[in-house]
Amino acid sequence: MAEEKKLFKVTIDNITIEVEPGTSILNAARMIGGDVAPPAMCYYSKLKGSGGKCRTCLVEVAAGSTADPRPMPKLVASCRTNVMDGMVVKNITSERVIDARNGVVEFLLLNHPLDCPICDQAGECHLQDLSYDHGKEGTRYEFNRRTFKKHDLGPYIQLHMTRCILCYRCVFTADQLTNKRVHGVLDRGDHAEIATYIEKSLDNDFIGNVIDVCPVGALTDKTFRFKNRVWFLKPVDAHRDCPKCSGKVTLWNRGDEVFRVTARKDQWGEVEDWICNECRFEKKSTNDWVIEGPTKVSRQSVISQGHYEGLKMPKETLVEVLDGRKPRLLMDIHDVSEVNKPTVDLSKIAGPAHSDDFK
Amino acid sequence: MGRKLLLEKAHVPGIRSYEVYRREGGYASVEKAFKHMSPDLVTEEVKKSGLRGRGGAGFPTGMKWSFLAKPEGVPRYLVCNADESEPGTFKDRYLMEFIPHLLIEGLIVASYALGSNRTYIYIRGEYAWIVDILEQAIAEANANGWLGKNIMGTGFDCQIYVQRGAGAYICGEETALIESLEGKRGNPRIKPPFPAVKGLWDCPTVVNNVETLAAVVPIINLGGEEYAKIGIGKSTGTKLISACGNINKPGVFEIDMTISVEEFIYSEEYCGGIPNGKKLKACIPGGSSVPILPANLLFKTAKGDTRIMNYESLSDGGFATGTMMGSGGFIVLDEDQCVVRHTLTLARFYRHESCGQCSPCREGTGWMEKILKNIEYGKGKKSDIDLLWDIQRKIEGNTICPLGDAAAWPVAAAIRHFRDEFEWHVDNPVESQSRNFGLAHYADPRPVPVTA
Ligand SMILES: Cc1cc2nc3c(=O)[nH]c(=O)nc-3n(C[C@H](O)[C@H](O)[C@H](O)COP(=O)(O)O)c2cc1C
Ligand code: SF4
Ligand code: SF4
Ligand code: FES
Repeated sequence: MAEEKKLFKVTIDNITIEVEPGTSILNAARMIGGDVAPPAMCYYSKLKGSGGKCRTCLVEVAAGSTADPRPMPKLVASCRTNVMDGMVVKNITSERVIDARNGVVEFLLLNHPLDCPICDQAGECHLQDLSYDHGKEGTRYEFNRRTFKKHDLGPYIQLHMTRCILCYRCVFTADQLTNKRVHGVLDRGDHAEIATYIEKSLDNDFIGNVIDVCPVGALTDKTFRFKNRVWFLKPVDAHRDCPKCSGKVTLWNRGDEVFRVTARKDQWGEVEDWICNECRFEKKSTNDWVIEGPTKVSRQSVISQGHYEGLKMPKETLVEVLDGRKPRLLMDIHDVSEVNKPTVDLSKIAGPAHSDDFK
Repeated sequence: MGRKLLLEKAHVPGIRSYEVYRREGGYASVEKAFKHMSPDLVTEEVKKSGLRGRGGAGFPTGMKWSFLAKPEGVPRYLVCNADESEPGTFKDRYLMEFIPHLLIEGLIVASYALGSNRTYIYIRGEYAWIVDILEQAIAEANANGWLGKNIMGTGFDCQIYVQRGAGAYICGEETALIESLEGKRGNPRIKPPFPAVKGLWDCPTVVNNVETLAAVVPIINLGGEEYAKIGIGKSTGTKLISACGNINKPGVFEIDMTISVEEFIYSEEYCGGIPNGKKLKACIPGGSSVPILPANLLFKTAKGDTRIMNYESLSDGGFATGTMMGSGGFIVLDEDQCVVRHTLTLARFYRHESCGQCSPCREGTGWMEKILKNIEYGKGKKSDIDLLWDIQRKIEGNTICPLGDAAAWPVAAAIRHFRDEFEWHVDNPVESQSRNFGLAHYADPRPVPVTA
């Protein structure tokens, strides 16, 4: 006789759903989806112990449960607070939450360098999204932003400590995926930093995943550094038979060139399957992979601008108008200028030109 | 003269040694508890005594003990919080240094009540010499059969270990303390789960302050009900106050919580008044985290009642006109002290001690310090005062642990009560560098609201 499982009823922003006991408010809200899901900068469902730190997911609990309907006095971190039966939660319907979240965004940006124009994370940065959705236009901070001594994390991973928001995701990743952690948090308070102890290289097979979990541009792929902007690339799902990991990845291509390999991410920006360093850093040719097809990208994302799925090209009418004659080239730029390589035909490059094209 | 329960014997020559301590009646509570009381009965007595935690929050100790989960086959731990790092607080140090056996005795009884076979004292790293004193006392207790295996034939085993911290205020927060005790970085844990369910090594744990655990000794000796007769209302027993600042006799005093704040500052028995005939300007009665009060709210509450040195009276008026008992770090400021400078000092402390886990505290404390520095050094703007208010408001209540609140409250209270002084700094950037705002109107009697 199968025992019927009791589900908990929870109401978030006036929408009621039933969830399994032990579900966090954040995950319940994600089941509803849309704007009801609070932003999360530190929680990561695949990392044990994560969450509770950034405070962007704060929500108001207007009623604790049916049994004890008192409201909770403080806002709570929805990622680390479990639902109770009959709980009533206010996220975007709470003035207090909006005000507090506004404050948290301001705090997170206080010391952030805002060097998005030269940051490889731009376009897929959760802090950019968060600021856009929940921040104010200006800052009230009038002091120098903090800086750090540079640390070298080896040949694959680039650390920009100034951009770090201390979400601890990379620390949990290093701790839980690899057996040799040489990476943690040093110092405390606003001078705390993610660093390798004694600047050791992180040479574990799975350490590259810290790049994917980092919500900002603090940890980026050195093999992709300054190579391209993500929104000029076309993400495609691909796989290979890998002895170490699932081998399921997203390739970031332009034309046939693989610029970057990352793990696949779900709609909340979380990695679906961890991938190994070999897949991530060493397999940069389409021949290494079996292509499955274009990755689904949210229409809200700037990355979707590079997607030409279902795009209809307007009909070329010039030849028709000219009675079948092709238009005559008035001036071939290569005849005039030797500055750029005449052998490179700009019109044949996929996407905008890059200095690499003229090497 | 108030009743002394903790420090009564502290100045008997040689009381630090086991022989003298025992001769003066020491370890009687262990005998009484182990021979005549069950562990639950000990907890019951502590409940009856009304003892409230002396570490700052004032949570009823008996209740805390009864919350301890007791699953079969899982060890339980008692941890003594001797991290004492709150600016202005130095009472635990005094107790441990002068009468260490009192703490050890209390720990044995509490360990018995809670079923803790391994009990830890987590002591702030800077108290290096006290570690030796405590370890000496523990060795003596062991040698005399108060610790070890099968104590007094009850079948109860107990050992006490002293663990030094590495100099971080945050490791006084109970879950950060537990992390540190486990050998990890001292970051506060996210609650729930609370230590009573999942504490040290994920086992049920009680963390209590030094003074709280020492107070168990007189509670068992007198009986909970007798103990509860001392004091007023929910402030039972005696409390150690470490008094400092502009007073004639700084030091640690044991009070029963019935005397007025005014008497405490001016009587010869306690602080002995303010030196050089200066006037009182402000006071922080419970350690750096609690709200500062101007003189005219210190001796009388907003309702016009005499303010007493106890939990209820000090917090009368809430944040608007009251403060808190806190950890009993009593800081007195005379008319020559600058509240802006003082607030800056505290802000610097909290910025330095934030563990950096949560964004409001990590970023907000540094921001507040920088703004306060500008104001103090004559570079502030009027709008900075409102900005400070807004920053503290956005930290308070939105952080993982109470350090965020502790950083916000002093700034909030300073602006609430001393806004004139902040504005004077902004309006007189040059003058404020060479002289103080002084007493101004902060000691003027406040109009007492007429009640029908
Ligand atoms: C930042 C911070 C620092 C603290 N420092 C101490 C301390 O040094 N000593 C102490 O006994 N309690 C300290 N506490 C309070 C402890 O978390 C805890 O409440 C206390 O040890 C409980 O003991 P009690 O119930 O006996 O008061 C601190 C709390 C915070 C938030
Ligand atoms: S480096 Fe990235 S992942 Fe690591 S703590 Fe900083 S922001 Fe988080
Ligand atoms: S409030 Fe401050 S000290 Fe406490 S956990 Fe957060 S950052 Fe750390
Ligand atoms: S996502 Fe919940 S606190 Fe960071």
